[in-house]
Amino acid sequence: MYNFDVERPATIAQAVKALSTEEAQPMSGGQTLIPTLKARLAMPSVLVSLSGIDEMKGVRKNDDGLLCIGGGTTHTTVATEAAAHYPGLAELAARIGDPAVRNRGTLGGSIANNDPSACYPAAVLGSGATVVTNSREIAADDYFLGMFETALHEGELVTEVKFPIPQASHYEKHLQPASRFPLVAVFVAKFEEGVRVAVTGASESGVFRWTEAEEALSGSFKSDTLKDLTLDGSGMISDLHGSGAYRAHLATVMTRRAVDAISD
Amino acid sequence: MPKDSGIGASSKRREDIRFLTGDGNYTDDINIHGQAYVYFLRSDIAHGTLNSVNTDAAATMDGVVKIFTGADFEAVGSIPCGWQITDKHGEVMQEPRHPVLAHGKVRHVGEPIAAVVAETLEQARDAAEAIEVDISELPAVVSMKDAVKEGATKVHDDLTSNLCYDWGFVEENKGAVDQAFKDAAHVTTLELVNNRLVANPMEPRVAVGDFARGTGDHTLYTTSQNPHVIRLLMGAFVLGIPEHKLRVVAPDVGGGFGTKIFHYQEEAFVTFAAKACNRAVKWTSSRSEAFMSDAHGRDHVTKIQLALDKDNNFTALRTDTYANMGAYLSTFAPSVPTWLHGTLMAGNYKTPLIYVNVKAVFTNTVPVDAYRGAGRPEATYQLERLVDKTAHELGVDPIKLRRQNFITEFPYATPVAVEYDTGDYVATMDKLEEIADVAGFAARRKESEAKGKLRGFGVNCYIEACGIAPSNLVGQLGARAGLYESATVRVNATGGLVVMTGSHSHGQGHETTFAQVVAEMIGIDESMVEIVHGDTARVPMGMGTYGSRSLAVGGSAMVRATEKIIAKARKIASHLLEASETDVELKDGAFTVAGTDKSVAWGDVTLAAYVPHNYPLEDIEPGLEETAFYDPSNFTYPSGAYACEVELDPETGQVTIERFSAADDFGNIVNPMIVTGQVHGGLAQGIGQALMENCSYDSDGQLLSASYMDYAMPRASDLPFYDVDHSCQTPCTHNPLGVKGCGEAGAIGSPPAVVNAVLDAMRSGGKDVGHIDMPVSPHRVWEAMNS
Ligand SMILES: Cc1cc2nc3c(=O)[nH]c(=O)nc-3n(C[C@H](O)[C@H](O)[C@H](O)COP(=O)(O)OP(=O)(O)OC[C@H]3O[C@@H](n4cnc5c(N)ncnc54)[C@H](O)[C@@H]3O)c2cc1C
Repeated sequence: MYNFDVERPATIAQAVKALSTEEAQPMSGGQTLIPTLKARLAMPSVLVSLSGIDEMKGVRKNDDGLLCIGGGTTHTTVATEAAAHYPGLAELAARIGDPAVRNRGTLGGSIANNDPSACYPAAVLGSGATVVTNSREIAADDYFLGMFETALHEGELVTEVKFPIPQASHYEKHLQPASRFPLVAVFVAKFEEGVRVAVTGASESGVFRWTEAEEALSGSFKSDTLKDLTLDGSGMISDLHGSGAYRAHLATVMTRRAVDAISD
Repeated sequence: MPKDSGIGASSKRREDIRFLTGDGNYTDDINIHGQAYVYFLRSDIAHGTLNSVNTDAAATMDGVVKIFTGADFEAVGSIPCGWQITDKHGEVMQEPRHPVLAHGKVRHVGEPIAAVVAETLEQARDAAEAIEVDISELPAVVSMKDAVKEGATKVHDDLTSNLCYDWGFVEENKGAVDQAFKDAAHVTTLELVNNRLVANPMEPRVAVGDFARGTGDHTLYTTSQNPHVIRLLMGAFVLGIPEHKLRVVAPDVGGGFGTKIFHYQEEAFVTFAAKACNRAVKWTSSRSEAFMSDAHGRDHVTKIQLALDKDNNFTALRTDTYANMGAYLSTFAPSVPTWLHGTLMAGNYKTPLIYVNVKAVFTNTVPVDAYRGAGRPEATYQLERLVDKTAHELGVDPIKLRRQNFITEFPYATPVAVEYDTGDYVATMDKLEEIADVAGFAARRKESEAKGKLRGFGVNCYIEACGIAPSNLVGQLGARAGLYESATVRVNATGGLVVMTGSHSHGQGHETTFAQVVAEMIGIDESMVEIVHGDTARVPMGMGTYGSRSLAVGGSAMVRATEKIIAKARKIASHLLEASETDVELKDGAFTVAGTDKSVAWGDVTLAAYVPHNYPLEDIEPGLEETAFYDPSNFTYPSGAYACEVELDPETGQVTIERFSAADDFGNIVNPMIVTGQVHGGLAQGIGQALMENCSYDSDGQLLSASYMDYAMPRASDLPFYDVDHSCQTPCTHNPLGVKGCGEAGAIGSPPAVVNAVLDAMRSGGKDVGHIDMPVSPHRVWEAMNS
């Protein structure tokens, strides 16, 4: 690591102020950032630790029936505290990485980073959630812009995510054998007004909605309706662990299995 | 009834207490007053001309003690290779110079170019970033078959080509083998890849060099499986330090799997730098460095063919293998695809004619050398895949075809120069069929199919050769070392023993098993025996641990030394008992005059040896300490039969191992629990190779699988509960314990069973692809199913 200073603000306002320093960077669980620092791939002047900001933590249901989760909430906390309200989301959180990762890694850190193979982006997009920052609210559909790219501005913090709670949901993932991140995973959420399907791990443009499947499933929520739908492998990630065509195929399989898991 | 101590008892591993409670003493735990740290600047280019390395700016940075480049090592020897192969034309192999730090050229990603010694590791790393390296990139040589083409870019400009050697074995058989193929009723051909692996011991390599200016003594603490070998190679060939001025210590070592046998540049560097800087210098490999600097394993590309007569008897076998050496010859690299591979090609079968051709090739990749099994897994994999393929081509049961061709009479001289002393392949196969519940497979397949999964069953046999020996033979084969082992048994006055063994334990449990043997021989409690290893200052010249040789060779040396101890103790006892030596017997830790109740305890005898008041001083010297060197007359030949059952998800290609059964013949067994553990570990590595692990380079020589993000290690959840049995025991005939070795069997014997099972599952789904290469990843299976 290169040298840096550390700030430990107690409020969002203090954090935003601390981030106005040149080359300052926020840190939540550090599960992505610390390996990056150790590999000397980042050189922040100040690390602004968000882990002491209580107003960014916790799981609660608001008056509109949305499940509001603080950006600084760990995967473990989501796995336990969201279980009663939104089991599909809690199960997703419970299967990220390993216990050490889940005890430190956060929702805000995950979606700020927007790794094309991360789990949470699928749930945020698949739920049609709203990303709340220190300065505005961003609809999930406008938030994820591509691999490691989001709508966040420099120094903007994910303080909360507001999830509409579906009637039923399921996250189905096929693991990349080395990293155990998703090779491809699909989040299916069934709402009264329609079905949303979000695919992570597959596309070179990051998490995306499979709209054809959404339309088919909104008509008839059965995996059979997906039988003839395919995804195009071009534009999908191709690497040591699978070709674009394989990923495209897996996305269809994961979607069908998610639907079956909900229908069963 | 299982014993509770001594030979045959599952004594708990005494060393585990310190390993598991954080009290181990690993090389990285060694810190010497005033030590500095080294950071190696490594090439990120696979192949290029090294025009200049400018350290001017870096040298002025905070904390820098001294910066070294290739120029500083021009007068220093090359990292030596310990085995010279003579090719099929009678020429010796091409042997390039291997510098401590790159000079003139860089030849693989990860090759050290410069070394910064500084007060802290971070300062060393900061300074390394300020070093200006000018490299003119050259085309990278990655594919072996391209490397040996006419006009290919050369990895070493001073060699005639990228071909290290072209080995034919047994060259005189070639004509007869080819004729047998012409006469065959059936020929099966198989082309396959034995995937390149990274050993990944839990503890990365570490080296600490120290120098005492007052005495001129050098000390190297290093993560080695064989400290004396390092002392000899580095002292004599690289740095020119006489052995009496160089001590090498390999303390607790957290796994080796072969990759810690070899002498590496970093060891030579810290030893050299400690003197140059007049302070201790420490290097601790990061995991990222380990991927690009630890010798890799396997990496063979093979075409193999089997000829059969009309009754399905094997009549001849021939193979063509390209073996990747990487950019330089690692210590024992040339021996792996030759003497550790060609000699095993008979397997468990009485094939009368065999010819093996191996082309060893230089490429711009990390050097490749022995990895758990070393040559024998490569032999087993191709042979056992081939036999399986043959069975399917002929429409005969794979187990039946194997049984029909088993060697059944011992000793058996193979057509590939080795003689198996004992074995019972029918017995291990019988045992396997029982523990694997072959009869119940059909029902289990139905259950899987009901869940939409395919189920496959695969089987294979293996033979391996442990305790490579004897020294005079291996010398003729090109080894530049002896392959004996040593032990000194020192009995203290109060009766306790210290055994100093030339074997090295890096997880195998020698401290427990070796003590069991000596305790049993004398009839004393195991706790009275202490095992010391891993320090050239304490242990007689020993060759270390690899090739499953420790108990068979090191244990035999220890038995011989203990026999000498007992013989002398008997002399002392007979004096004390005033009896004739021939009447005195040792039992349960006491010497007794046969047929009487006159006896003298072990402790009284040992005390007399050191306080010789009542002692036959005119006949024997005081003291009780003996050394033995043991040079075996042959290899040992463990063997076995393995079965794997997989479930395959046809939609995703995901394969899961549902059952794995191993029936091994290791000869006599000292500690069944430890043997079971060794088999478990070997199986995990073999299954890892078959399903997950793959070290992959792109065409520019960049390492694609350079971290655990992309190099897939097996985890507990990827593995089943194994059914392991070692009740079939045909003792080795030529070592005193009748033991054979169990350390590598699991890794040698498991990959073909896994792949055979996957192919069986695919066939049951209507897809017969003939072969699929390892690792059998979901992607590959899916592609094969949809091809
Ligand atoms: C071994 C391992 C396995 C893993 N497996 C998985 C897996 O299976 N699935 C998966 O999805 N993830 C996985 N992860 C990643 C893990 O979930 C991380 O926790 C997550 O990606 C980042 O969260 P964090 O809180 O640790 O963020 P940090 O590492 O602290 O930060 C990540 C990035 O986001 C920025 N940032 C952090 N918080 C905020 C915020 N509130 N607002 C704006 N920017 C912010 C930081 O500046 C940094 O650039 C794994 C990680 C490891 C180490």
